[in-house]
Amino acid sequence: MTGTEAGIPAPAASVAAFARPAPPLPGAKVPPFIRIKGVTKRFGTFTAVDGVSLDILKGEIFSLLGGSGCGKTTLLRMLAGFEAPSEGRIFIDGQDMTDLPPYERPVNMMFQSYALFPHMSVERNIGYGLKHEDMTASQRRDRVREMLDLVQLTEFSHRKPHQISGGQRQRVALARSLAKQPKLLLLDEPLAALDKKLREHTQFELMDIQDKTGTTFIVVTHDQEEAMTLSSRLAVMDKGRIMQIGTATEVYEYPASRFVAGFIGSVNAFEGTVRGVSGDLAEIAVPELGGAVTARAVPGLGPGQPIALAVRPEKIALSRSRPEGVNVIAGTVRDLAYFGKDSLYRIALPSGRVLSVNSVNARRHGEHERVADWEDAVWLSFDPAAAILLKD
Amino acid sequence: MAAAHHDGRWARWFNRSGWIRITIGAPYLWLILFFLLPFVIVMAMSFATRTPTAPPFSFGGEHPLLNTEHYARLVQDDLYIRAYLNSILNAAAATVLCLLIGYPMALGLTRVGRAWRNVLLMLVILPFWTSFLLRVYAWMGLMGSNSWFNKLLTAGWNLVVPADWALRSIPMMNSGFAVALVTVYSYLPFMILPLYATLEKLDLTLNEAAMDLGSKPFAVFRDVTLPLSVPGIIAGSLLVFIPASGELIIPSLVGSSARPMIGRVISDEFASARDWPMASAVAVALLLLLVVPMMVYTHFEGKSHARAEGGGR
Repeated sequence: MTGTEAGIPAPAASVAAFARPAPPLPGAKVPPFIRIKGVTKRFGTFTAVDGVSLDILKGEIFSLLGGSGCGKTTLLRMLAGFEAPSEGRIFIDGQDMTDLPPYERPVNMMFQSYALFPHMSVERNIGYGLKHEDMTASQRRDRVREMLDLVQLTEFSHRKPHQISGGQRQRVALARSLAKQPKLLLLDEPLAALDKKLREHTQFELMDIQDKTGTTFIVVTHDQEEAMTLSSRLAVMDKGRIMQIGTATEVYEYPASRFVAGFIGSVNAFEGTVRGVSGDLAEIAVPELGGAVTARAVPGLGPGQPIALAVRPEKIALSRSRPEGVNVIAGTVRDLAYFGKDSLYRIALPSGRVLSVNSVNARRHGEHERVADWEDAVWLSFDPAAAILLKD
Repeated sequence: MAAAHHDGRWARWFNRSGWIRITIGAPYLWLILFFLLPFVIVMAMSFATRTPTAPPFSFGGEHPLLNTEHYARLVQDDLYIRAYLNSILNAAAATVLCLLIGYPMALGLTRVGRAWRNVLLMLVILPFWTSFLLRVYAWMGLMGSNSWFNKLLTAGWNLVVPADWALRSIPMMNSGFAVALVTVYSYLPFMILPLYATLEKLDLTLNEAAMDLGSKPFAVFRDVTLPLSVPGIIAGSLLVFIPASGELIIPSLVGSSARPMIGRVISDEFASARDWPMASAVAVALLLLLVVPMMVYTHFEGKSHARAEGGGR
């Protein structure tokens, strides 16, 4: 028994066509597959997308992440051809797509609402785009069958969209958008309409399907967890601009700005002043932390310079006895929330500032044996490398 | 205490399930009193015999109790058959024309901005503020051979046709054309409004999805908008076709006496000929002619729907 492969009898030819390229290495000289060059979109006096330039490589899952109104959906709609950029050009596989209508682009979109045709069966929905392709009727039938297999909906092929579940509708939408084997697949909040359990499952299914087909995916999402698990790289957007582009790790561990640090995950941020730099360590005066702390230096720091310091809640250690080393701060437990796998502590400092500290519950213990309880005096500490210095 | 007790009794009285029955029953009562009962009377009258009494019909006595002579006359006298055909042809032509004119207008209404949409909707409904009869008279004025409208059209006609086809005026009045024109004009809003209501609810994302999958604008219309607006097309067509086939005023005022229409025949039988049983028979036959095909259609439509619902299970 060939086990897992049994369910997907994809023809060898299309597998070869779908072969996944090697993941791009940082700084590698691979020509970009999608090139967005200085794209701006204005609606009247409102600028939805503001001078965005972006290179995306073949076979990537690239996420556009941002809050509502950040311009991510407008950028996606310009890639699909539903909106024309006010300025700038869009290239796909070296071809200028900027002035092509949606029906002439090698791009397909999976809509947030799925936009399935309510009067057509699952099968006809999936096959809809193929009637414009240069294919024989039997080739079309085969492709539809292949797609139904890919999303495991073969037995529902004759149902109408209103006769299947939300998760199944999502898969029909995905199959329909992949049926034409687009060079680029756009996904608008692909998981937003699913419940939490199904979302986690579908996330991995999406990655699996992307792996099988090798199609380049651009995903728009407001959910940072979704963006971080799905994508090879992501762009954080705010007010029509790209704030940072990088892998999930880069963006989370090395945010480029206060906005990105605050948007991705939670963070304790403080205002401080540079006191001095020695080697790769900098001493920062942070009044709210009751003195100076040591942080890993970033280039271009000078004494007296105002700077922001950010520490992720899970990078702060919590203990009852005073630990050794630098960056040790005393505090009192103000509040605690038990989540099962971890707990969130709210620690009040003598300055009045309250910090969030995440502590993983690695050991199994009862309610009275935990690290700290309400109103306990505790010690906080963090590594200099855990402190993020942010100039903007 | 007494007041609370009182309130409780009122609440009980208002919450009685009887109220629900009354609210649901009221429209049925209305339909029975003002639709079913008159229909039964007309139906009964169609089997009576014409007498020179008041009212001018009777059952039994020297006459047969159930007189089917009027229904026999319906098929024997070709006046009735011609009148039915003329009416149904006129109604069908008017329905098709209303659909062809009304569909783009309804679609246009859904595509313009809010402010314009309200203005245009207002314009669609505006003719209802004027008496129907008055509007038909207005058309009579326009179509008459001495009107500026007719003169303008005649001048245009004479410009484009060879000299020996030239006309002094275009004979529009008292023709099948005049009846069709005024019917289309009068019933157009009844086509536009249900179409607009259906089209307005359609999700434009579906159009984008079709376009994204490679369909040009016309194919998007054909594959998405048109099939999804079928309920509106059916509703609008019924709202135009049914009243148009029984139309009395338009053929009486602008039609030709050589082309009898069924509405006029019924009216003439009732009023001029005072043959109430015959008029009733004509009316009953018209109703059956319209309602039976529709019931057959709904029946099969319902069945095919049930099949689609159950499909794949």
